[in-house]
Amino acid sequence: MQHRILASLGILAAMTAMVVPSAGQAPAAAKSSSKVASKTPAAKKPLRTPWGDPDLQGVWNDATSTPLQRPTGLAEKDVLNDDEAAEFRAQLAHDLTRDRRDGGAEVDVNRAYNDHWMDSRRLKITADHRTSLIVDPPNGRIPPLVPLSPEREQRKARRAAANTRFNAGLPENYTDFTLPVRCVIRTDSPPYLPTIYNNDFHIFQSPGYVAIGPEMIHSARIIPLDGHPHVGKNLKQWLGDSRGHWEGDTLVVETTNFRADDGVVFMEANPDTYKITERFTRVDATTLNYEFTVEDPKTWTRPWTARIPWNKIDPDEQMYEYACHEDNYDMVHFLTGARAREKRGETK
Amino acid sequence: MTQRNLFKAAKFVVKMAAVIAMLGTIVIPAAGQPSAASGQFLPYKAPRMADGHPDLNGTWQAFVTADWDLQDHEAQPGPHPELMGAYGAAPAGQSVVEGGEIPYKPEALERKKQNFQKRMTVDVSSDKTWHQVGDPELKCYMPGVPRATYMPFPFRIVQGSSPYILMAYEFASATRTIRMDWKGEAPTPSWMGWSRGHWEGDTLVVDVTGFREETWFDRAGDYHSEDLHVVERYTPVSPYHLMYEATIEDKNVYTRPWKISFPLYRRMEKNVQVLEFKCVPFTEEMLYGRFSKSAAK
Repeated sequence: MQHRILASLGILAAMTAMVVPSAGQAPAAAKSSSKVASKTPAAKKPLRTPWGDPDLQGVWNDATSTPLQRPTGLAEKDVLNDDEAAEFRAQLAHDLTRDRRDGGAEVDVNRAYNDHWMDSRRLKITADHRTSLIVDPPNGRIPPLVPLSPEREQRKARRAAANTRFNAGLPENYTDFTLPVRCVIRTDSPPYLPTIYNNDFHIFQSPGYVAIGPEMIHSARIIPLDGHPHVGKNLKQWLGDSRGHWEGDTLVVETTNFRADDGVVFMEANPDTYKITERFTRVDATTLNYEFTVEDPKTWTRPWTARIPWNKIDPDEQMYEYACHEDNYDMVHFLTGARAREKRGETK
Repeated sequence: MTQRNLFKAAKFVVKMAAVIAMLGTIVIPAAGQPSAASGQFLPYKAPRMADGHPDLNGTWQAFVTADWDLQDHEAQPGPHPELMGAYGAAPAGQSVVEGGEIPYKPEALERKKQNFQKRMTVDVSSDKTWHQVGDPELKCYMPGVPRATYMPFPFRIVQGSSPYILMAYEFASATRTIRMDWKGEAPTPSWMGWSRGHWEGDTLVVDVTGFREETWFDRAGDYHSEDLHVVERYTPVSPYHLMYEATIEDKNVYTRPWKISFPLYRRMEKNVQVLEFKCVPFTEEMLYGRFSKSAAK
């Protein structure tokens, strides 16, 4: 039983990883039990650490059902009234739920990861009733892509072929799996987007530093604020190299030096020209606004920005260790399954 | 100041230092401070955080060879010296265990020896054998406590004004949260354990339970059961050193609690930072290569 669950975990992770970039549909974001983020004026006197920085410390959760991109049917409607919002929420919740039985046996199997696994906050839209997490461009959609170089087209095709093999249950080796399934990186790489579960982020601060510990996978981005330069250009990292500074009460984080492996840079943008800037602003006791802007002239026709409200979790809830690789039985199950299929001649 | 006076002043300083050092030797052990600190460091009062407790922020690293073996060990070649030569060889080192030896129960000592013999064997062909053999470090698993502290990699302490202190280790990007004055029990076993902290004077005391039983202490196969209980003590003894001590208790494996201690050094490079040692990709061929399509042919 445990194995099957773990296997489906892997499938879901793979689906998430693939769906997000290709369809640009958000693994939606934000939760909503607290105050409206974008419309609430920032607290007059923001909470401060004893050394004078805005205080972002605590465990935050970014789950929401609001999609990254505005559904095409909603056109230019960026914010909904109460009735519309209730309907929007119900529709999204229906689409996200995995206990429904409207897809036939095959779909049903792929929904093995049912609501039991889902963060219930994932079924709520943002408190400000936005129709997309993207706030710029104003249409709430990822800007059109620029033509890719032949090299990047090849790379994209290579990755797509690996995904096809994986989805057919015929991965040739471990490199046919996505990085999240391999437990190399998961939701710890910026930008942070909501996913089905484990949407917690623990922010720690000390004089001159902010550290962000995403639940998946137990890595911490330790961000110096003292203006010292990035690591050298030949030192690349899976999570890049982050530097921060305060602009008023907002923590601004710029991250560079990403590795060039498939799946590392957000939406497979071009590692050398891709830029990401994140902004963290404490709104009130229980809310923080997380905003990111990405740009890459070799991928998108213009920069774009999304905003996701983060909500402080009850201190009793705590964030727990997410071990991934240590018990990643999936890897062997998928591969031995593929070999068994090949032996039986199921090589479609 | 005349030269004579200078000389006198210098002599006074030396005398005072000797007195202070002596006081140190007397006072420190009596107060249960790390014995390894005895006489090594002048009395020191660490800078304070706003709450009045010592500021332990920094990038720290142990420079002992305990990750190879907590106990005395000779230099030894790495695996496959016919290929690797002196690469991957292990340095000699002296025991960091108080009294030199880990007090194993006889049957547990047998298990440790078997662990060592099979430290480089992996068998992930079945979920049942997944964790039975092989050093978890070989497989890039989170190292647990106290091993994370003395792996040959730095770690960073992030201490602010919340009840949580972060310890972020370079090896495998492992992290753990020290919950200050937290009373609750570990909710579930984990690789890095459930860490509850409190201050005893200038010492950060961390009580760790709730471990997964699979972590090891070193490449020599030293191990524990799920009943492992570790009490760590971090004491600032100079601007550049923390004295580290861990008391290890596990009634299933040892005849009595035992203790390790060594200093942690502040990494002083101007550009120091904890980099990534994401070793999962280094292990995939070893773990999963035999299940690939090309291997099946």
